[in-house]
Amino acid sequence: MDVLQLILNGLMAGTILAVPAIGLTAMFAVLRFTNFALASHMTIGAFAGFVANGWLGWPVAPSLLAAFVVAGLVGLATDELILKPFRAAGFITTAIGSIALTIALENCIRFAFGNELRGYNFPIRRDWAWGGLHVSPQQVENLVIAVIAMGLLFAFVSFTRTGKAMRAVADNPMLAAIKGVNADLVARLVSFLAMGLAGLGGMLIGLDTTIDPLIGFKTILSIFAAAVVGGLGSLPGAVAGALLVGVGEELSLLVLSPAYRSAVGFLAILIVLTLRPRGLVSARAY
Amino acid sequence: MEHYAVAIAVTAGIYALMALGMNVIWGMAGLINLGLVGFFAVGAYVSGLLTLRLGVPIPLGMAAGAGAASAFGVAVALITVRLRGDYLAIVTLGFAETLRIVMANELWIANGTDGLSGIPGPFRGAFGPHLFNVFYLGLVVAAVVVLFFLVDRLAHAPFGRVLRAIRDDEEIAQVAGKNVVRFKVKAFGFGTAALGLAGALYGHFTSYIAPDLFAPLLTLYIKLSLLAGGLGNSMGAVVGAVLVVFFLESTRFLMPLIPGITAVQGAALRELMIAVVLLVILRFYAKGLIPERIEHPHLPDAAACAGS
Repeated sequence: MDVLQLILNGLMAGTILAVPAIGLTAMFAVLRFTNFALASHMTIGAFAGFVANGWLGWPVAPSLLAAFVVAGLVGLATDELILKPFRAAGFITTAIGSIALTIALENCIRFAFGNELRGYNFPIRRDWAWGGLHVSPQQVENLVIAVIAMGLLFAFVSFTRTGKAMRAVADNPMLAAIKGVNADLVARLVSFLAMGLAGLGGMLIGLDTTIDPLIGFKTILSIFAAAVVGGLGSLPGAVAGALLVGVGEELSLLVLSPAYRSAVGFLAILIVLTLRPRGLVSARAY
Repeated sequence: MEHYAVAIAVTAGIYALMALGMNVIWGMAGLINLGLVGFFAVGAYVSGLLTLRLGVPIPLGMAAGAGAASAFGVAVALITVRLRGDYLAIVTLGFAETLRIVMANELWIANGTDGLSGIPGPFRGAFGPHLFNVFYLGLVVAAVVVLFFLVDRLAHAPFGRVLRAIRDDEEIAQVAGKNVVRFKVKAFGFGTAALGLAGALYGHFTSYIAPDLFAPLLTLYIKLSLLAGGLGNSMGAVVGAVLVVFFLESTRFLMPLIPGITAVQGAALRELMIAVVLLVILRFYAKGLIPERIEHPHLPDAAACAGS
C-alpha cells in the first residue's frame, strides 16, 4: 500500500480519535481521574446516533448531535450519581468503579440492541481521487465535523468565562475555590462535555466501520494512547497524540495485520511512559 | 450434579488463589491491577504450552507459568511505579487486551482463537474423569491453604507492614527510609505470580484454553471477591471468592427463568447485575464482610509516662 495514502488515512483517523481523547484528558485535568467509563459512553453515543439515523431516519449530521447530547447527559447523570462519591474514596476505588460502570452501561446497550453488527444509513458516494490518493466524501465530512467540534471546544475553553473557570479548577482547585469558582458546576460541565465528545467520537468511528456494543471498549486503548502520548491532562497534547497514534496505527499495516491496531497504541503508551512519562506536551490543562 | 459441584468448587479455589494474589497487590500495597486476567492468561498459556509441546512435567510447567506471569508483572510495575497510579491502571488494562489480541492472531503460538486443547492434567488418564476432579479439588485446596498462610505470614511480617504503610501514606514510608519503588515492584511480582499459578491450575483442570476465556469480566469477578470478603485480609479474600462463585453460578440458573428474553439478553443482564453489585458494594460496603484488622503497637498512655 502507498505510504502517503496510509499517512492520509492515519491523519483522518487520528482527527477522529482526538475527539474522545480530548474528553478523556479534560476529565483527567479537571476531575483528576482516568475515567474508564469513556468506553461505554462512546458506545452509547454510537447507538444514540444509530437510533436517530437508522430508526428515525435523520441525516448523519443531526444524528451526530444526538450522539453528543445523549452521551453527554448519560455521562452527567452517571458521574453525579455513581462516580462522584467514589472520587472522595481515592483513585483505586474510582478506577474500579468506572470500569464496573462501563461494563454495566455496555450491557444495557447489549440488552437493548443485541450483539450484531450494525451500520449507519448514508448515501454512498464515489471516492474523491487526487494525485493517486483516495478519500471518501463521508470521511471528509466526518473530519470536518470533528474539527468543528474541537474548534468549538477550544474556543469555549479559551475565551469564555466558564472556560476560564474550568482552566482555573484544573490548574489549582484550591485557589479556584478561594476565588469563588463553583467547582461542582465546573465538574458537571466537564462531565457533560467530555462524555458528549466521547459519544460523538463513538459515532464518528462507527461511521467508518460498523457498530456493536464493544465499539467503545475496542477503541479505548487507542484513545488512552492518544491522551498519554500527548500528556494526560493537556488538550492540545491529546490532539497531537491522537494524530501520532492514528498515523502510527495506519503505518503499522505495512508490517502487521490490522488486528494489531490497538496493540500499536499500547506500544506507544509503553514507549512514552519509559522515555518521557509526561508526554509530548507536559501536563498543563491548556 | 456431584460432578458439577466439584467443578464449581475447583473454580472457587482458583478464584481464591487470584483473590489472595490481588490482596497483596491491591489490599496490602494499594496498587491497581486492571489486567489481572492477562497475568492469569500468561500462567495458563506458559504452563499449557510447555507441558503440551515440550513434555515438561506438570509441576514444572505450573512453576514456569507462575514465574512468567511474575516476570511480566515486574516489568509492568517497573515501567509505571514511579508515576501516578492512573498509568498503572492504563498499562495493566492495555497489557491484558494486547496479550489477548496477540494470542488470538498468532496462530503459531497456540492456535489463535481456536485455542489450545488437550492440555494434560495430573493423573487424568489413571483416575478417570470423576476421581480426577476430586483429586484436583484437593490439589487446588492445598494450593489455597499454602498461599493463604504465605500471604498471612507476609501481612504480619515487616514486609507487609511496610506495604500497608506505603498504601496509607507513600511519602511517610519514604521519609522513614523505605525504598518504596522496590517494595511496590516486589508486591506486584508476588501477586502476579499467584495469578499465574491460578491460570496454570485452570488450564490443567479444564484442558482447554482460548483467548476468549480471558475477558476483562474475570478481573471484575476477582475485585468483587476481594471487596465482598473485605479488602486487605486473607480470610476475606477466600470467603469472598467462594461467595462470588456461588453468586455467579446461581445467576446462571436464574437467567433462563426470566420469561421473554433471548440468550444474549440473559447474558447481558447477568453481566449488568454483576457490575451493579460491584458498584453497590464499592459504594456502601467497602469494608466487606471481614474488615481488615490492623494491630497498632501498644503505646503506654500519657499518664503512665508522666508518673514514671
